[in-house]
Amino acid sequence: MEPTDTSKPDYFHRVVDCQWACPAHTDVPEYIRLIAQGDFTAAYMVNRESNVFPGILGRVCDRPCEPACRRGRIEEKPVAICRLKRIAADHRDDVAALLPKAPAQKNGKRIACIGAGPASLTVANDLLPLGYAVTIFEQYAVAGGLMRTNIPAFRLPARVLDEEIGYITGMGADLRLNTPVRSLRRLLDSQAYDAVFVGSGAPKGKELELPGRNDTDRIHIGIDWLESVAFGHVDRVGERVLIIGVGNTAMDCCRSSLRLGARQVKVMARKPRQFFKASEWELEDAEQENVEIIVNHAPKSFVTEGGRLLGMMFEQLEYDVDGGEIRATRTLGEVFIPCDDVILAIGQENAFPWIEKDIGIDFDQWSVPKVNKTTFQSTLPGVFFGGDAAFGPKNIIWSVEHGHQAAISIHKYCHDEPVEERMPRGLKLSSRKMGMHEWAYKNEYNGVERRLVPHVGLVERFKKIDIEVELGFTAEEAALEVQRCLNCDMQTVFAAKLCIECDACIDICPVDCLTITANGPEARLRARLTAPATNRTQALYVSAALPQTGRVMVKDEDVCVHCGLCAERCPTAAWDMQKSTINIPNAIDEQVGTCPV
Amino acid sequence: MSYINKPKVAHPSLPTNKLGLTRRQYEGSMSTLCAGCGHDSVTASIIEACWGLDLKPEQLVKLSGIGCSSKTTAYFVAGAHGFNSVHGRMASIASGANAANRGLTYIGVSGDGDSLSIGVGQLVHAIRRNVNMLYLIENNGVYGLTKGQFSASADIGTKAKRGDVNVSPPIDPVLLALTLGATFVARSFSGDKAQLVPLIQAGMRHNGLALIDVLSPCVTFNDHEGSTKSYAFTREHYHAAIEADFVPPAEEIAVDYAAGETTRVGMHDGSSVLLRKLDPDYDPTDRSAAYRYIESKLRQNEYVTGLIHIDENDTTEFHKLNRTPDEPLNGIPFEKLSPGRAALDALMGKFR
Repeated sequence: MEPTDTSKPDYFHRVVDCQWACPAHTDVPEYIRLIAQGDFTAAYMVNRESNVFPGILGRVCDRPCEPACRRGRIEEKPVAICRLKRIAADHRDDVAALLPKAPAQKNGKRIACIGAGPASLTVANDLLPLGYAVTIFEQYAVAGGLMRTNIPAFRLPARVLDEEIGYITGMGADLRLNTPVRSLRRLLDSQAYDAVFVGSGAPKGKELELPGRNDTDRIHIGIDWLESVAFGHVDRVGERVLIIGVGNTAMDCCRSSLRLGARQVKVMARKPRQFFKASEWELEDAEQENVEIIVNHAPKSFVTEGGRLLGMMFEQLEYDVDGGEIRATRTLGEVFIPCDDVILAIGQENAFPWIEKDIGIDFDQWSVPKVNKTTFQSTLPGVFFGGDAAFGPKNIIWSVEHGHQAAISIHKYCHDEPVEERMPRGLKLSSRKMGMHEWAYKNEYNGVERRLVPHVGLVERFKKIDIEVELGFTAEEAALEVQRCLNCDMQTVFAAKLCIECDACIDICPVDCLTITANGPEARLRARLTAPATNRTQALYVSAALPQTGRVMVKDEDVCVHCGLCAERCPTAAWDMQKSTINIPNAIDEQVGTCPV
Repeated sequence: MSYINKPKVAHPSLPTNKLGLTRRQYEGSMSTLCAGCGHDSVTASIIEACWGLDLKPEQLVKLSGIGCSSKTTAYFVAGAHGFNSVHGRMASIASGANAANRGLTYIGVSGDGDSLSIGVGQLVHAIRRNVNMLYLIENNGVYGLTKGQFSASADIGTKAKRGDVNVSPPIDPVLLALTLGATFVARSFSGDKAQLVPLIQAGMRHNGLALIDVLSPCVTFNDHEGSTKSYAFTREHYHAAIEADFVPPAEEIAVDYAAGETTRVGMHDGSSVLLRKLDPDYDPTDRSAAYRYIESKLRQNEYVTGLIHIDENDTTEFHKLNRTPDEPLNGIPFEKLSPGRAALDALMGKFR
């Protein structure tokens, strides 16, 4: 193999698995260290820089970081990254003085954001400090988008939403509530805005057209029903409720039902558990509340009698599953399951009835707008999309990242600069060596197991719909959980020309990451390392030829615990522990024309 | 020296041996030697070898004297028996322990100071008695603990860190052992685990004293230009004459060598050593030829490494020589070990 080119920022970035997996590239190890030092406010601000809504995301993020976490490859459970984010938010001091401010002198550019969800709010967050005038149009009387209407208050309290949205509107965004945009043409024709950002979400719940669908009013569309619950339009449900679908919306529907009078809630899944779309932790929370999840049942029809819903017919299925794929399906028979309400939670899609088809914005055959994946620009240059509106339903953290990227594009577009030319990512490395055996980070491996977040009791939590179930870590539990972080941003950096091949690093490495061997093609190298490198998603760090024998030092990044013992036992300092700081440019980092930054 | 201990966490795919133990469970306490010391690599090789032999930790006895090398017994197999003797006296302790309990496996770790200066008389007699043990010398040519004076194995012309040139002729432990009739003599290098681990395994299974001289550079006092025991010099002047593979009992010989290339030497416990000659003129079973070969190469500044001499047919092993009972003393009933006054009187009567 060629020596690894660590001058590309992506190499060391990938080693920080959590940060690499996070769409917004939150600097997780840094904020966890700040929590460990008790500096919750600084930890909150590190979060806010990339993910904008630490308090919200610390409760309801889909946490792509956790399945990626290296700790999960060493023992079973990853670091509770998401809930540590929440503790930073819970324990922070007043951050008002630390927030970005809009300058008194505006830059004269006006931006319209459609929908007050996470994507639009992020655009506003990034552009207001640059002197833009940002107007946000929201159809409802409150801001937040699906974070407000579709995530139940027992998971995400309104207070948290209000506070973090307030930080953005407080910078001077012109938030126009109860103001749906009914025609994009009219908005564009008004020429009041230099650019438009569409962050209107994917608001249309999927239908299930089966016999009997229209014979009763007790069949509800999941996201619409959750919205009615959120606004208090729906405050009760029948005793027996069937939820169709087994994604995260289904989990919110079943748990909401239990708080509105349902006694028996069944979630009906077409496929076996391994194919569920819901996150494992959301399934756990629902099952803890006694929700029954029934697999291998495909809906066949709704059974009604004189407008009254009696129940549903299902086909019982059997699958041959091999290698994570369904090879064959058989029908075993039909079964009737009685119920009083049915909630359909089988997905959602984009809907833009207010965008005229002839104004220059192209859509594909599924009515999804054609949007550039880097710039988020539509086929009409001044109109940008982000969040679920751009590529269909994802989750909040993706919306935030879309918002950041769209803000860069808008910033460049408004200054007549090409939106494709974007500042590249950067990476800074600095040694953490303090002395012979001292590192400027806590390198000791702590074997403590993942801490459990305390929950409100199973009786208490059902008393009101807005009792937040998760209590968040106590400071004591958090103090233990932070020690589980492996500091993956403390990079092992190797200087081949210094190595005397004494094997000290290889002998001391607790997880057998290191090997000195003859060079060869990657597949062969992987097979003959001290511990075979079978995880191909993790890179091999291959050195230049070593001075004495011409062999190479190979590090399998897979399960390195970043304890620094290789560097500590190295007599020539060929290994060093260096902190990597990844610079992900935001709008404020881009140098544009006459920008008053 | 490290301020944190090596974490207990291990690679998830770390294999276990027949006892269900991982290599990590054969480790000892954290090394306090200088970072980069060759001895730490020897320690790692001993750990690997013991793990590979499926050795029960409590079946191992590790003995040493005084010196950097003698510290290393603390760094492997924490569950083994151990004895740190007076300087240069490890061989006596090993002989005594071995006489009392022949059922255990003995590793003595010593250095060029401990074994070639103060303890050379002890080493000589341990070889002569053919004590059933692995005697491993971590040889770096300097007294590291007293800051780098030349030791008895320093070569003529080698330079000390401060520039002095050595003029006294060295004692080569391999030549010494060959002269004294040792039945297993090997030389290796701390930086070559592929060679060292099977040698340690074969040495532990050898019936008699197995001496391995391991060139183990002193990173602090003898790793500079002009030194003949530095990492760089050793790598340039090291000449493997023979490759040895250790094959445990009841294991098929999996390596497929061309016929005539390898010699199989059976060991008394059913295991075997597969020897592969890298130099066709070399015969490891011929002691005098081996001596001549090693000596001529040493004169050319070449360290010959590998299993230099092996004689599994020698019948002069310590216990056989002294007609000791087959059973370790602690397994013999007290009445038999100490037959009482009457038996003593009868014995004494014979001399009257």
